[in-house]
Amino acid sequence: MTTAPAASAATSTVAIHSENLCRHYRMGETVIRAVDGVSLEVRAGEFVALLGSSGSGKSSVLNLIAGLDRPTSGRVVVQDRDLAKLSREELAKYRLHVVGMVFQSFNLIASMTLAENVELPLRFAEVDRSRRQTLASQALERVGLRARMNHRPSELSGGEQQRAALARALINRPQLLLADEPTGNLDSHTGTEIMNMVREFNRELGMTVVMVTHERALAERYAERMIFLADGKLIDSRANAPTAVDDRVPGGQP
Amino acid sequence: MKIQDLTELALRNLRESLLRNSLTTVGISVGVASLVAMLSLGIGLQQLASRRLVKSGLFDTVVVTSRRDLRGTGRERDQERSGPTPGESRVLDESARLEIEHLPNVLEAYPDIRFITELRYDDKPHLTMISALPSSARSNDAFEAMPGNFFSSDTAPEVILQKTFAEELLGKTPPRGADELRVADLAKPLLGKELTMRYAQRAPSPAPPSASGADSANAADRDLAGAAYSVVSREQKLKIVGVADLDPESMRGPTRAKVFLPLKLAESLHVMQPTDLREISRAASDQPVYSSISVRVKNPTQVQVVEDAIKKMGFTTFSLLDASQSLRTFFKVLDLFLLIFGSLALAVASIGIVNTLVMAILERRREIGIMKAIGASDGDVKKLFFAEAGAMGILGGIAGVGLGWAIGRIINFATNIYLRRESLTPDTFWSVPWWLVVLAIGFSLLVSLVSGLYPAGRAAKLDPVQALRYE
Repeated sequence: MTTAPAASAATSTVAIHSENLCRHYRMGETVIRAVDGVSLEVRAGEFVALLGSSGSGKSSVLNLIAGLDRPTSGRVVVQDRDLAKLSREELAKYRLHVVGMVFQSFNLIASMTLAENVELPLRFAEVDRSRRQTLASQALERVGLRARMNHRPSELSGGEQQRAALARALINRPQLLLADEPTGNLDSHTGTEIMNMVREFNRELGMTVVMVTHERALAERYAERMIFLADGKLIDSRANAPTAVDDRVPGGQP
Repeated sequence: MKIQDLTELALRNLRESLLRNSLTTVGISVGVASLVAMLSLGIGLQQLASRRLVKSGLFDTVVVTSRRDLRGTGRERDQERSGPTPGESRVLDESARLEIEHLPNVLEAYPDIRFITELRYDDKPHLTMISALPSSARSNDAFEAMPGNFFSSDTAPEVILQKTFAEELLGKTPPRGADELRVADLAKPLLGKELTMRYAQRAPSPAPPSASGADSANAADRDLAGAAYSVVSREQKLKIVGVADLDPESMRGPTRAKVFLPLKLAESLHVMQPTDLREISRAASDQPVYSSISVRVKNPTQVQVVEDAIKKMGFTTFSLLDASQSLRTFFKVLDLFLLIFGSLALAVASIGIVNTLVMAILERRREIGIMKAIGASDGDVKKLFFAEAGAMGILGGIAGVGLGWAIGRIINFATNIYLRRESLTPDTFWSVPWWLVVLAIGFSLLVSLVSGLYPAGRAAKLDPVQALRYE
């Protein structure tokens, strides 16, 4: 995580770069081209939305950037790391330190309290217990859930669960926040709340955000650039002026 | 991940599916329990056997004979072939005895004095084998428990009778098939009574009688002077102090003596020994020459070392360690069989672990996917499943040792009830030494970890994309 340049220092630095990226699955006799020759570039500190209908390959691209999957061919370079060349072990380290992820279905571990969920990445990073607890409560504080740190995910609303997931994504101070339909399971009010938080991270912590969504309206409100995918191919990439009103004092709570 | 975190997460995961994991752990503990119960029974029986034998003084005693003594067994003669020939070997005399006594790990070395002679009781002669006992024989449980007392001193003119000899003196032989006579009943009329022992004493001669006919009394004759002696008939009064219910077979030494004298008294009598005639031409001095010496070793485990040291001095040795070799082999084989049967249950339990963990992978597919997505390496996931298997192994091991211990206790208790009903002495047949506890828990852990190999590998290889897609 030290090799990456500070995002705020040079906004023109390339954070993510892909070249003719392909991910093909074989299903019996047929080959499914989930990602088929995608070349894109995301600048450090940029807020990018990946748009497309279901099956367009947007989630597959996100998984390749996240290092959860490996490309069949082509290259994906994140913060100067060619992910295809990393070993499984190095890829796990990359996911641990460089990437924070949030999902449509929150993906908190049901048997753990919020605090335990949030500090789990720190366990993998072998951070000391006392420091872990401090960091976890700080992160939960940031998303306004400190009071509920000892609750289990099932005791919380969807919005609260997604906020906890954001706190977990943040805990190792990654440069990259990857969000896969983060508001897909939330009502519009809570969705806005979560998106405001994501934007806050983008602006205040300088995190590069790549969000997968099928809601064009959501992308138009928050993203600085919209990348359109269809059938695994990039069909359009256009800059966007976010329309959402930033109604909060920077750094303040909602 | 750190060990502490692994343990914590593993225990948490075990608690999550409490019933299933408890049942698996119970399975392991039953396996370990059967192993512990089987082995502790084997060990207990072995200890019971050796306890009895060690107490009889058989296992810490080495009998030393001169190689010139031709009364060896066939095996001993085989050994002699490679050693010095009988004629060249050392004389087993007082200096040799002292030398042996000063060997490391030797408690004492005392001559085996045995002779057949006549004892008169109630004016009736009885010909029997007499043997001398060192004062250390006092701790032999046969003498501890007998009616009467052990010798008041090592030189007291006292005697302990073997039970069968007491029967002979009283003229009471038990009818065939009837219950044996009780020792206490036999001892009552005999204790404190006197016996008269007639024996042949080897007395030093005033002048060497054989040298008188020689042409010149040269130096060689003077060297032989000590070898000359006369044989005198003597009588010694002995007081009966005890009647021991000894199994003649279990007494140390090859003879079946029926009457025992204190060692120092027996030495002072200078009873003519069967070997005296054979040694007469060789004895260079008037120190006593012994036909055999019994050496008591500090600990049965050192018998072999002491035996080797004495053999190096040029003597023939015999110990029941040699004879007990087959007994040890028997117990080793018994233990092995018990181990195999005990392990079978543990093998079945290990299948339970595999099953439980494979089920856990299916159930926690998503959780594994999440952990990988937020940065867990293959190794972390593998270690976590290993830790879970290990935790079940250790918990099952501890519970199993406890259970096995309880089973052993119950078996022992029930056996003793049965023995009491059959008017036999209850005893301990079962033993759980600490090493068995450690071994059982360690083995349980090992089996669990081996069982965890496949599930852990499978969990580690899980594709996070697939795992997270699965809803």
